[in-house]
Amino acid sequence: MNRLVKSSYLTAIYSFFYLPIIILIIYSFNDSSYSLLWHGFTLHWYKQLGDDMALAVVTLHSLEVSVLSATCATLIGTLTATCLYCYTFFGKRLLHGLMFVLIVSPDIVMGVSLLILFFLMKMQLGFWSLLFSHITFCIPFVSVTVLSRLTGLDKNIFEAARDLGASDFMSFKRVIIPMLWPAILAGWLLSFTLSLDDVIISFFVTGPDFQILPLYIYSLVRIGLKPELNALCSVMFIITLFIVGIFQLVLRKKEA
Amino acid sequence: MKADRLFKWTNLVVVWLWLSVFALLPSLFVFLLSFLENDAVKLVRWKFTFINYLALLNPLYFKVFWRSFCIAALCTIICLCLAYPFAYFLARLRSKYKNLLLFLVLIPFWTSSLIRTYAMISILKAKGLLNTVLLFIGIIHQPLPILYTGTAVIIGLVYSLLPFMILPLYVNIEKLDTQFIDAARDLGANTATIFARIVFPLTWPGIVGGIILVFLPAMSMFYIPDILGGAKSLLVGNLIQGEFLAAHNWPLGSAVSMVLTCGMWLLLLIYWRANKAGQQHESIGEI
Repeated sequence: MNRLVKSSYLTAIYSFFYLPIIILIIYSFNDSSYSLLWHGFTLHWYKQLGDDMALAVVTLHSLEVSVLSATCATLIGTLTATCLYCYTFFGKRLLHGLMFVLIVSPDIVMGVSLLILFFLMKMQLGFWSLLFSHITFCIPFVSVTVLSRLTGLDKNIFEAARDLGASDFMSFKRVIIPMLWPAILAGWLLSFTLSLDDVIISFFVTGPDFQILPLYIYSLVRIGLKPELNALCSVMFIITLFIVGIFQLVLRKKEA
Repeated sequence: MKADRLFKWTNLVVVWLWLSVFALLPSLFVFLLSFLENDAVKLVRWKFTFINYLALLNPLYFKVFWRSFCIAALCTIICLCLAYPFAYFLARLRSKYKNLLLFLVLIPFWTSSLIRTYAMISILKAKGLLNTVLLFIGIIHQPLPILYTGTAVIIGLVYSLLPFMILPLYVNIEKLDTQFIDAARDLGANTATIFARIVFPLTWPGIVGGIILVFLPAMSMFYIPDILGGAKSLLVGNLIQGEFLAAHNWPLGSAVSMVLTCGMWLLLLIYWRANKAGQQHESIGEI
């Protein structure tokens, strides 16, 4: 009895999570524009997506920003984690706290603060402002991922490297990076999806001539329901699912 | 040695420079801007004033704040009530599928809440799944108008933010030592007492962590009311967005952001307190 209650509760929550998405995906194959009824299987909406040139441009923009920002954020985030782990310096606790605060601070506050910064710097809103913002909000996620892995390592390894005459840079290159690559890759993947899916911060810091995918979807959603949108959202969901899958594999390997 | 110092300082300079320019400096600007006067042409007038904060006491803004606070609080409470048993059952589960089940919780955590909010429309709309099912069972005889109401906003927020409540709770419950529970049961405590005196205090940091991750976004996710809600279900997020991008009153928008930031610090303070208390509990456990 008790077991039944537990498993049905778990099932109920899981279906709450996944039912809307599953319905979305099913209806992206429905041969009808607005009806809830099933009118037969079609790939029409996906074809229409493929023909949409504006969408292709926007997707390309999004991928550009996400790949670049994930890469830069991974680099800076890993350096941050290394600083926090290896060195004692003035403001270390501040830096550690800052990572934490940046993760929990509401996106909208970060968005408007960056908008003000770019305005004062007289920077045109567009590719660069987006890139800088995305790097900034991804850094703490990378550094926390990498740092949690670093603290799990045996500290003697670094002592050994130093005793054998390795400089700090050498042990960074030869010890930290190779031992941490699963965590670093995980950080990169996390940054990539965060950047690819971000709406709130991008909403404030992007300009009229550089549209990205989530904002394009947002503008379509506000206009109303369109079946191509079902197809587009399904594709985005599948891509993210794929990345989370890789992430899990990477982490599994890390534990092994 | 010299190379080491060079490496260390390059690291520190890169990290601090980036974070100062793109994180600390902008926050400082928001703080300063919230004390300046609005100017239609030049955006701000360099004059110190409290007028933006006083404006928030204006019933018009205060109402938005209060309603947004209520929506966010309700959403947080619903998330907590749904997530706690879920995280508890999941963490205590003995099954070979446990990893897979945990993975299924992580997926919504990673995916865009914009897309998931959009998916919610097909459930909530007048001819959507929810109404169809309810009509079919015969609980209702007319489709419920849920979409474009406050209820839809709350459902949407809970749907988007529930994973953020589940994860910190799961982490805390997972490391809960079951020996405490066994000991209490041996000493004659009933289930309610065990929960109130042992499980709840030990998982308190997880609860506060979850509240931080749910409550603040619930107040600021402006696109959810935009997509699911009507005109009456505006959040603080919509207010900030409007002041910055539509009304062009940046100082007032900054003041609203500052209020959110203060809320964040308050919650963080509670969290740090809870964690400290949690560590004390653990050290008592070790003795």
